[in-house]
Amino acid sequence: MNAPAVAVRQVSKTFLRQRQTVHALRDVSLDIEQGEFFGLLGPNGAGKTTLISCMAGLCRQDTGAIRILGHDTRDDYRAARRALGVVPQELVFDPFFSVREILRLQSGYFGLPKNDAWIDELLAELDLTDKANHSMRSLSGGMKRRVLVAQALVHRPPVIILDEPTAGVDVALRQGLWQFIRRLNRDGHTIILTTHYLEEAEALCGRLALMRAGEICALESTETLIRRFAKHRLTVRLGEGNALPTALQAMAQPVPEAARTWEWTLEALADIESVLATLRESGCTLEDMSLSPPDLERAFLSFMGHRAADVEGRT
Amino acid sequence: MTEFLTLLRKELLRFWKVGFQTVCAPVLTALLYLMIFSQVLDNHVQVHGVRYTAFLIPGLVMMSVLQNAFANSSSSLIQSKITGNLVFVLLTPISNFQFFAAYLLAATFRGALVGAGVLLATCWIGGLTLAEPVWALLFTLLGGIMMGSLGVIAGMWADKFDQLAGFQNFLILPLTMLSGVFYSVQSLPEFWQTVSRFNPVFYLIDGFRYGFFAVSDASPWLSLGVATSFTVLIGLFSYVLLVRGYKLRN
Repeated sequence: MNAPAVAVRQVSKTFLRQRQTVHALRDVSLDIEQGEFFGLLGPNGAGKTTLISCMAGLCRQDTGAIRILGHDTRDDYRAARRALGVVPQELVFDPFFSVREILRLQSGYFGLPKNDAWIDELLAELDLTDKANHSMRSLSGGMKRRVLVAQALVHRPPVIILDEPTAGVDVALRQGLWQFIRRLNRDGHTIILTTHYLEEAEALCGRLALMRAGEICALESTETLIRRFAKHRLTVRLGEGNALPTALQAMAQPVPEAARTWEWTLEALADIESVLATLRESGCTLEDMSLSPPDLERAFLSFMGHRAADVEGRT
Repeated sequence: MTEFLTLLRKELLRFWKVGFQTVCAPVLTALLYLMIFSQVLDNHVQVHGVRYTAFLIPGLVMMSVLQNAFANSSSSLIQSKITGNLVFVLLTPISNFQFFAAYLLAATFRGALVGAGVLLATCWIGGLTLAEPVWALLFTLLGGIMMGSLGVIAGMWADKFDQLAGFQNFLILPLTMLSGVFYSVQSLPEFWQTVSRFNPVFYLIDGFRYGFFAVSDASPWLSLGVATSFTVLIGLFSYVLLVRGYKLRN
């Protein structure tokens, strides 16, 4: 049987910050299978970047073990790092070199002295061909981000970690980047993504882990997570002079900065009928109405809301 | 091996691309020292029977080797740490030893290059000989490796440029300047002679100078022994810090 792309076993990590011990990871365990498009989500400070750093060997866990394609990140770190490509969250670059020089150096670090064909392909895929001989300092933020992606892929790693790769990247570029990453995933690469753009995670990831306060609090397929934690929403704008009937006020939420507009979270689709019937019976007229399907953003907010009190009680 | 050679190449290119600042400027500084001191003292002082200007040159060459070897590894590490691009090396399968060796070799190479520049610019001065070139080469290597290792320690330890400047100005500079670059320690009062003999850099300078004139304040074998011991100790200490990921891998 194939080893998981990433196997995390009971990993804990603490940091000392201003003389306080911060539990960045608490007994985290998870498997990410080969070929998955996996999302790691959570609010800021949840422990996503620390977990990724431990996987990549940038940070050493206090307890537990991590294996990349069966290679322990401590005992067999060279094989583990060969199997991994990481796009870091920070926009970092070496100001001394051009784009092509940087990609050649990065290839060399992985023992690939003659890698120009793949470097050219990467440059073309990431729309950087005409910038190949430009200094990193002269590139825009979006271009620098693309170079980071190219650096992570230069040794064709079977497992790719993208730590918020589209932060600050324009829409067109983001679409192009995702097309490319999707193709890599279709070609068999395992993709691990952290992002604050939940619509991206919903569209791309087959499975998700939700993290909070250093713990994995949900590990489900994207579909299951949305089904479990998000509901349909009905939004209605009443006609001029109409007031919301008393019977509906308990469950309705006013939509901020939209006059006479109310929103209901529906337990079941059939509940639409009772809302509309009550409005009809009260003589209300409708100016507009829309029904939104459950989405990851709702599921995320709902889940994190439920977990907040529980987790904060223990910190 | 490709991993190591690539990192070495990157470290060499890093300083070569700003060669005006990293090679030409220190050569000029050493020449200014030579010009000033030789102007004032050449007609009045002879050391070990050697004309003062000729005596001064090997000291300045070695001082340049030491200071630039230190500057190379320390500045490369702290720049990469502060700008964050060190991550591109830390993510790779480069072993700790390869990392260490690449930084040390690049540091030694830059030190030797600046030293060679100083020597080349001053070799026309009368009285300069190269009596024992193997000794000179040996002490160049030891000095480059010792200071390259110290640079690795300083680069790992410092979190900001200010701390590195402190390390450089309050430790490296006094150690190199007060080591017999400009004088023979035999001309010092006894107390300061004793103090000088606790400074490992004194043995590097003195041993290197022996390579030129075949005379020295201390026995070249003693200098070789002390310099080798310190180089191994400092090298081991910096390698252990690197293996432990001190301030590099949290």
